[in-house]
Amino acid sequence: MNPHVLEVARALDGFVAAIFVLAGLGIIMARQMRGTLYLFILHSLMLTASAVVLGVTLDSIHLGLVAVITFFTKVLAVPLVLVWTTGSSAYQRREVEQVLSIPFSILIAAGLALVAWVVTNPLINAIPDHPFAAINLTTGMMAVFFGAFTVAVRREGVAQLMGLFVMESGAFFASISIVNDLTIIAEIAAAVDVPIAALVIGLLIRNVHKLTGGTRVGSMAELRERH
Amino acid sequence: MSPLVQHLIANLVQVAFLVVFAPLVSGVLARIEEMIQGKHGPSILQPYRDIAKFFAKDEVVSEEASWVFRFAPFIAFVMPVFVVLLIPALTAYPLFFAFMGDMVAAGFFLALGGFFVALAAMDTGNAYGPIGASRTRMVGFLSEPVFIMVFFSVSYVANSTIPYAVNAAWAQSWATMLEPAHLLVLVAFLMLVIAENDRIPVDSPSGKVEIAMIGHSKNLEYSGRGAALMKWAGTMKLMVLIIIFVNVLVTPWGLAATTHWGDIFLSLPKVLGKILLFLLGLAVIEASLAKLRLFRISEFLASAFVICLFAMSVRLVNLA
Repeated sequence: MNPHVLEVARALDGFVAAIFVLAGLGIIMARQMRGTLYLFILHSLMLTASAVVLGVTLDSIHLGLVAVITFFTKVLAVPLVLVWTTGSSAYQRREVEQVLSIPFSILIAAGLALVAWVVTNPLINAIPDHPFAAINLTTGMMAVFFGAFTVAVRREGVAQLMGLFVMESGAFFASISIVNDLTIIAEIAAAVDVPIAALVIGLLIRNVHKLTGGTRVGSMAELRERH
Repeated sequence: MSPLVQHLIANLVQVAFLVVFAPLVSGVLARIEEMIQGKHGPSILQPYRDIAKFFAKDEVVSEEASWVFRFAPFIAFVMPVFVVLLIPALTAYPLFFAFMGDMVAAGFFLALGGFFVALAAMDTGNAYGPIGASRTRMVGFLSEPVFIMVFFSVSYVANSTIPYAVNAAWAQSWATMLEPAHLLVLVAFLMLVIAENDRIPVDSPSGKVEIAMIGHSKNLEYSGRGAALMKWAGTMKLMVLIIIFVNVLVTPWGLAATTHWGDIFLSLPKVLGKILLFLLGLAVIEASLAKLRLFRISEFLASAFVICLFAMSVRLVNLA
């Protein structure tokens, strides 16, 4: 492979990874549901972009298909399904409640990013023949941690769902740099389960909304049995 | 003409460029924002008219005011001029004063101007001045660490804190420009430009309610020449930060590479074009965001700080 092309591709992938991390950070910080949804679309778009960069550089048709499938499922289908199932009322301009304050959450996110690097570093050293592993593996792990953190600190059903998808996107972002010749069946299966999950959890949130008049799952703690 | 003299004159041309075009930059920004809101908006030359009008008026100074109040507009006016002597405004090669100070010195000059303006706001008997001054200091304290982190991140990449060296390091190749650390620093610096210039979402520049003002209530007590200098200084501070953003960090191209005067003057429309593109982006940001509540500003700047931290970490671990 031409070293100059590889250098530019790595830089481009790094640029995409930086936006991917920023979008993940934004999902942790965003106070409004609509903002969270837009950031999720940006997050998914960056996953698509990374797959395109890797696909073109490594000359892998599989990664090209991953990019196409990711674009249609995560950038288009999932946001549409989420808006359709949960109803537009969930995306009105109201603030999402958090367990922790935003500055404290950001600080924890920075710590999680460091943990992601520490965790993936031995792995990266073990696979020196994967040129994009250093960027994608670390960034993907960061997204997995960010997603888990979002699920933990958000008191809003739809925002927690976004956290789950961020985790899934993170896992995908990491895996495309290591395994770039998955069979097409596995690629389609991995992509299709996401809209289905969005549909199922979205319908669940819709029912919660109908029963309790809102999707603020944080306030449902009052329903717990008291001993 | 000896190269030294030519560099000195080119430095003075940079100063003239800032002093002359700064009100135009603010006028264009105000016009674009009004157009986005579907209004016609004032002329792009309105800031020039305002400044000329203030200069023609008498100055009224509170009996409570001391020398600080009279002195502050001059300091606020001179500091951006000092900064433009240190940064690549029109030329890619270092000029006469280029090595007199680095980016930290530029930050110090701007902070010094802000410090005197805040002191002057507290110097009069006006109730809103000290409120604005204390709020500005709060924003200042929060943005200070971001400033330092941006400088550290930039100096890591360029191995220098001299703006000309940073400009040359970024301009080397597209691969350098696309580095994740670079993008993260850009985002953090953009947030800093917004906070330092009291723009939305930190402060509303067109707000007329004194109790909600942050940066703008500091100038309420000024009239005549003082008001003119404060307004002019405000426009120059905005333009200086935009020049650092576009010429040093985002698009380090389009500057004069040779000492020919024609080349230097040809860079003028190119730099103005880059500034116009930045203003379009800034206007879109301001039009699409709402002003934050006062105690939410810490979140805005904390996120800028963490983004810088990310940039530093990416460089430290040599991720890409």
